Amino acid sequence: MTASVTIDRVTQTYGGAMALHDVSLQIAAGEFVVLLGPSGCGKTTLLNLIGGFAAPASGRILIGDRDMAGVAPAQRPTTTVFQDYALFPHMSLADNVGFGLRMRGVSRGERRAKAAQMLALVGLPGREDRRPHELSGGQRQRVALARALAVSPDVLLLDEPLGALDLKLRRQMQDELKAIQRQVGTTFVHVTHDQEEAMALADRIVVMSEGRIADQGPPREVYLRPRSLFSAAFMGEINQVPVVQGQSAIGPYPGTGMLLIRPEAINVTGGLPLGEAVVTDAAFFGTHVRAHARLGDLTLTLHLPQGSDPQPGQVLALYASAHAFLETE
Amino acid sequence: MKRLSFLYLALAYAFIFLPVAVLVVFSFQDGRLPVPPFQGVTLKWYEKVLSDEGLMTALGHSALVAFGSSGVALALGFLAAHGLARVALPGSLLMRGLLIAPMTVSYLIIGLGLLTVFNQAGIKPSLVATGIGHVVINLPLCFAICFAAMGDHQKSAERAARDLGASEVQVLWHISAPMLAPALAAAFFLSVTFSWDEFIIAFLLTRFEVTLPVEIWSMLRSGLSPATNAIGSLVFLVSALVVIVLETLMRRKA
Repeated sequence: MTASVTIDRVTQTYGGAMALHDVSLQIAAGEFVVLLGPSGCGKTTLLNLIGGFAAPASGRILIGDRDMAGVAPAQRPTTTVFQDYALFPHMSLADNVGFGLRMRGVSRGERRAKAAQMLALVGLPGREDRRPHELSGGQRQRVALARALAVSPDVLLLDEPLGALDLKLRRQMQDELKAIQRQVGTTFVHVTHDQEEAMALADRIVVMSEGRIADQGPPREVYLRPRSLFSAAFMGEINQVPVVQGQSAIGPYPGTGMLLIRPEAINVTGGLPLGEAVVTDAAFFGTHVRAHARLGDLTLTLHLPQGSDPQPGQVLALYASAHAFLETE
Repeated sequence: MKRLSFLYLALAYAFIFLPVAVLVVFSFQDGRLPVPPFQGVTLKWYEKVLSDEGLMTALGHSALVAFGSSGVALALGFLAAHGLARVALPGSLLMRGLLIAPMTVSYLIIGLGLLTVFNQAGIKPSLVATGIGHVVINLPLCFAICFAAMGDHQKSAERAARDLGASEVQVLWHISAPMLAPALAAAFFLSVTFSWDEFIIAFLLTRFEVTLPVEIWSMLRSGLSPATNAIGSLVFLVSALVVIVLETLMRRKA
């Protein structure tokens, strides 16, 4: 019902181009891992390798303790939820959900019972006899999820499953997806390019860039203590303050590297003084007030509390309540 | 302008259907020749045709060849289309071209070629030989129709089925064929109508057991008679019925 996944020094090439470069990753049984990155970063390639839709050029993939080399998708303890749902249009929802069981020789009655149970799990109770074309996009994706879970896979692979949904529906489905994962306990490996989705879902986020893992860890860690400039910027807006031999635009700071401060960590109080900055513009964003402030040569982006009302030209003594420092040699 | 358009439409339809209409009308001719003037209505030619054992046997042969060869052409065309749509092999384009190429060759040339090959191979002219000939002409059609109908939608559903544990045969049977059902029906019934009407290949590749067009041709040699009109009308009726069935099937699916 659940198993660990081991990616061991996997390299993959597509017609000379390097899609994955010596990637190693250990996923624990029952973990919800999100592979996050821009298109072309190798996240979907990695998912396809786990699902068996492609074979790695080198390296090993293990599910549980079993080496998956040469094992076809049909024989793997994995199922996939595809971005385009890939439902079978000529079958009822019950037959769609029961398809995997049918291929495993499960009797009709048992399939029907399991399909009803799975449809109820994904919030579509009593829809067994509907057809896919009668459903909305969100409902279709729920059916695809039910279909993939019906065979009780050890590992569920989700290939940008919420990518085709509108924002509101996507946020709602995220909550449900997380709840379903908790309930079934299956290992989920989820691919997305939406960092908010990644944070909403993941036990662990794996940020990928150009065929390599740029950073990984729990959402809080990756967001607040990024271990690469790429993941710092990809996880959300961030102010980058270069530090050269202890000197920077905000004053002395030990070391050489890049000081990283999230816009919402900057306010008029805090642990790290940044100096006096001149507000250049400000706009009300609902949850916060977004402003820019000039600090020497540096322009900082700030997310000030909802209640503040900075005026252009106003001078603010700014502090950072949280920051990260990436050292370079 | 509108009237002119309708006039054009009427003329176009007249041009297409007048020969058939004349054929059908004179099949009811109460006289010895299917030529004007129309001398009154009778069903005696239909009676004569339907009680003619040679004609009825030929009709049975035609049906056998049409349905048999279309079934084979469809199965081969579907499998070829499925294979070529799924994987990009070196030379895929060439293979597709070669499969469709026979469409451009005249039936006479195909018939002559088959006759030569069958002679060499020791296969006697027969209904089976004719059936093979009709597979040759209908396979490209079936392939083209099936191949055109296979989209990304189809491919991703097949991928999902494989992911859920289906073998290749199960994918074909449970997913690919049902999803393509309208295209498969279209290809099959088009093949049936082409085979049903086909004369040259059937003429060259049959001897003692002949198909209906060949039988009609031998009737024509003994001169014009409303009986040939009657059998011609029946052939047309069958073709029309097949097309109507096809249209209904397609519409229901869409």
